[in-house]
Amino acid sequence: MNMSEPQTWTGQALPRLEDPAILRGWGNYVADVASRDSCLHVRFVRSNQPSGRILSITAPPHVKLFTAADLTGVSPIRAVLERPDFVAVDTPILATDLVRFVGEPIAVVVASTEAEAEDALDLVVVDIEPLPAVLSADQAIASGAPLVHDVEFPGDPNTVVDGRIHTPGFDEAFARADKIVTIQVGSARQSAMPLEARAAHAAYDRSSGRSTLHATLQMPHMTRTGIADCLGIAEDDLRVIAPDVGGGFGAKMTLAREDVAVVFISRAMRRNIAWIETREENFMASWHSREQVYDVEGAFTASGELIALRGDLMCDVGAYCCYPVTYGVEPLMAMAELPGPYRVGEYSVRSRGVITNKCPIAPYRGVSRPVQVLAMERLMDVAAAELGIDRVVIRLKNLITEFPHRSPSGLVLDQASHTETLLAATELADLSDFATRQAAARADGRYLGLGISCFAERTGYGTPALAMRSQPITLGLETAPTITPGFERVILAMDPSGGVTLRIGASPHGQGLKTTLAQLVCDQLGLEPQAVRVIASDTDATPYGWGSFASRAMVIAGGASLLASRDLAERLRVLAADRLGGLASDIDLIQGSAIRRDTGGQVALSTLARDTYHNAQLIPDKGEPALEFTGVYDPTGTFANACHIAEVEVDSETGAVDITRFLVAEDAGLLVNPAIVDGQIHGGVAQGVANALYEELIYDDRGILITTSLMDYLPPTVAEMPHIEIAHLQTISPQSITGAKGVGEGGTIGAPAAIANAISDALSPLGIGVFHLPATPHRIRTAIRAAQNRTAQEEAIA
Amino acid sequence: MSQTIPLRLYVNGDRYDIAVEPRRTLADALREDCGLTGTHLGCEHGVCGACTVLVDGQPMRSCLMFAVQAEDASVRTVEGLAPDDETLHPIQQAFWENHGLQCGFCTPGFLVLAAGYLEEHPDANEEEMREVLSSNLCRCTGYQNIVKATMCAAEKMRR
Repeated sequence: MNMSEPQTWTGQALPRLEDPAILRGWGNYVADVASRDSCLHVRFVRSNQPSGRILSITAPPHVKLFTAADLTGVSPIRAVLERPDFVAVDTPILATDLVRFVGEPIAVVVASTEAEAEDALDLVVVDIEPLPAVLSADQAIASGAPLVHDVEFPGDPNTVVDGRIHTPGFDEAFARADKIVTIQVGSARQSAMPLEARAAHAAYDRSSGRSTLHATLQMPHMTRTGIADCLGIAEDDLRVIAPDVGGGFGAKMTLAREDVAVVFISRAMRRNIAWIETREENFMASWHSREQVYDVEGAFTASGELIALRGDLMCDVGAYCCYPVTYGVEPLMAMAELPGPYRVGEYSVRSRGVITNKCPIAPYRGVSRPVQVLAMERLMDVAAAELGIDRVVIRLKNLITEFPHRSPSGLVLDQASHTETLLAATELADLSDFATRQAAARADGRYLGLGISCFAERTGYGTPALAMRSQPITLGLETAPTITPGFERVILAMDPSGGVTLRIGASPHGQGLKTTLAQLVCDQLGLEPQAVRVIASDTDATPYGWGSFASRAMVIAGGASLLASRDLAERLRVLAADRLGGLASDIDLIQGSAIRRDTGGQVALSTLARDTYHNAQLIPDKGEPALEFTGVYDPTGTFANACHIAEVEVDSETGAVDITRFLVAEDAGLLVNPAIVDGQIHGGVAQGVANALYEELIYDDRGILITTSLMDYLPPTVAEMPHIEIAHLQTISPQSITGAKGVGEGGTIGAPAAIANAISDALSPLGIGVFHLPATPHRIRTAIRAAQNRTAQEEAIA
Repeated sequence: MSQTIPLRLYVNGDRYDIAVEPRRTLADALREDCGLTGTHLGCEHGVCGACTVLVDGQPMRSCLMFAVQAEDASVRTVEGLAPDDETLHPIQQAFWENHGLQCGFCTPGFLVLAAGYLEEHPDANEEEMREVLSSNLCRCTGYQNIVKATMCAAEKMRR
């Protein structure tokens, strides 16, 4: 490169700085921390009943056992939304007298090794008197239904969130529509299923009385707040570290009862304690999501304009309330965001969260949006068919084209490219060529289909957006302060040798955030990314921040890093100008040196740094003898957008669906590292494919989870995954100072609807539409046989 | 305390004299007794493949194998792929250059699986490698860059 030209790292597909150690097997995950320590090990005794009263817990005297009665002074977890429709419930750390789902922790055994803890687990006998359970949302809200928690429900039984929006003009618009299209969509329960299950290692330091928790987390600072509040200790008594984290996908942002118990026991016994969750426990007790059914009505004009949208959205949220975001997360996001990228004039929605005797729900990549998009995109296809309008045309007619756009729920959608991404994707897909191939295949008795899905992905929203949703959080303490998440802070420092350290409150777990932040910082400082050490995920070493979730880190932590690095760069220019003459604005920072543009005079950044600390008398303006800057960013949020197109072939004999082509036209704003962005899309689409075709957590009619292994719960392998083709658009929005939008969830959000539409297109000659996911071979085959039987009967009648 | 028996393992060319319970899995022996924590446990029931190691050159689920079954066998783990601390194995290099990993938890299993297969079948085509790789699970990458990295490594290893 030319020495006089500043190097630009943003936009380069730089191989990740995180990778070499991981590739060598030198990663450091929680189980690795535990394996290096001669700590005690715990296992959790869990409920085998969906609902019941604990009559007794017994174990031989040599088994060290903790039950709820032993958790002296420990408060339950309580996450609250200040909304009139919200009903709060407490989550005890260990079940006290009642159990509410299969897998709920009841007691903890402590032993010298993991194997001995497992042996001891078999010796604990829990006598539970079964009580009536509610296993579906319909059962839960029925008059006289058993109550999952004995609290007051102002509305229907077990209804903990009941949000409504009804715009003033809705009734009139609905009445004047030419066509009302009514559908119901739904998704089964699913697991985020990070490949590393949960794990915790709590160390107790006798000299300071301080605990250090290593756990597999997305929100170390929030976790520390949550545990400290439950245990009634100062936050300073606890250090929380998330070392390498083996995937999170949302599931590791929620406070685990088990993590609280592990810290408590470590402090009570003054010993180091480790808990490594099994895959079976992870399926039973580590958060579920997606079990939602939406009844949706679209009011269309004859020309295909969607003038009003009605929704009745039902989310089965399981037995307890997740902390910090609460079990309002799915229903309230669905209520606010259902219209998606479409210009919906009038809106009437009721969105409910209902508790049942099943594992609690918590955020999983996409939260309710995969089901929202399934609803809107099936609605568009059904409306197009009923109105005799092309499916691309009906979308173009309704997609938002003017920005900023205020949605009927009050969201402000910033600059995006809904029309452009749809057109880019359909051009790549070559729809007329597909139509020819589809017709030829049909003549041959084969079922090909193509499905389109457009969506907006709300990303990078900070305190202002979360405050609007009113979600202060309190623990089970009368005087607990309310909390609203959102900002990120970073501290950027240059040390005396010129080395740069960026400490961030965000907590990456596979996203390559250390690499992308280093790219942003280096563009300001004229350094190579390898020169920047990013420190994250340690409450002792990083400023308070909220963590990595909700497709936010690149936008918010990235924005904070950009601000801090601009300040550091400006300070270096001021110091250099003092040495070299001229103005700070005459100085470029290039390859580790400050260079005066007109004279070519230069000074090494390391010289400026060393003198700042070691020869403070030389500092020109009586400035601080340090090079350290704080960056804070707290945006209102920005919407990424995309269009997915799936091509499938359905085997009418087996019901199996083969995805033969998958296209993504994505607009995530400025791409800081395109390889990482593509990786997020690939992985997101894989989880969308899983949602659409394969994964389903199944409870039997006794309330027992029967999908507790990877032989029953089926994530896609490489054999099930299509090659994904990606086209990028880059709309730069003023709502993100880096220009980047979030992209973490889009793949998961858009893919299920594209696949459902593709299968429905393939099977349209049989009159079959897919509305409930996953569309497993069994379900497809059953639908095909039913359709064939109908046809046979009709022919017999004729 | 259960009884332990002495066991000699050869891992990545090094000899380890350890004592384990008969029920100890090879994965636990590698991680806990040999200090080789690069081998990860994702399911402990033989499906995810994160714990894949080579035993006498053959890919094995080390969570489904007892340590004592590996007595005197030659075991190769992810730590044994790179020739030295400065150089990566071609499969590691290719995963790095092609963004073949995100959280990295499944990565050791994929690396060992692919390296073992490619060293014996350097002419493997993509279809064949997809079949081999379909024995392991990754939750982050959607596999696309794992396949791409594996085929890049295959090309380099053929040279």
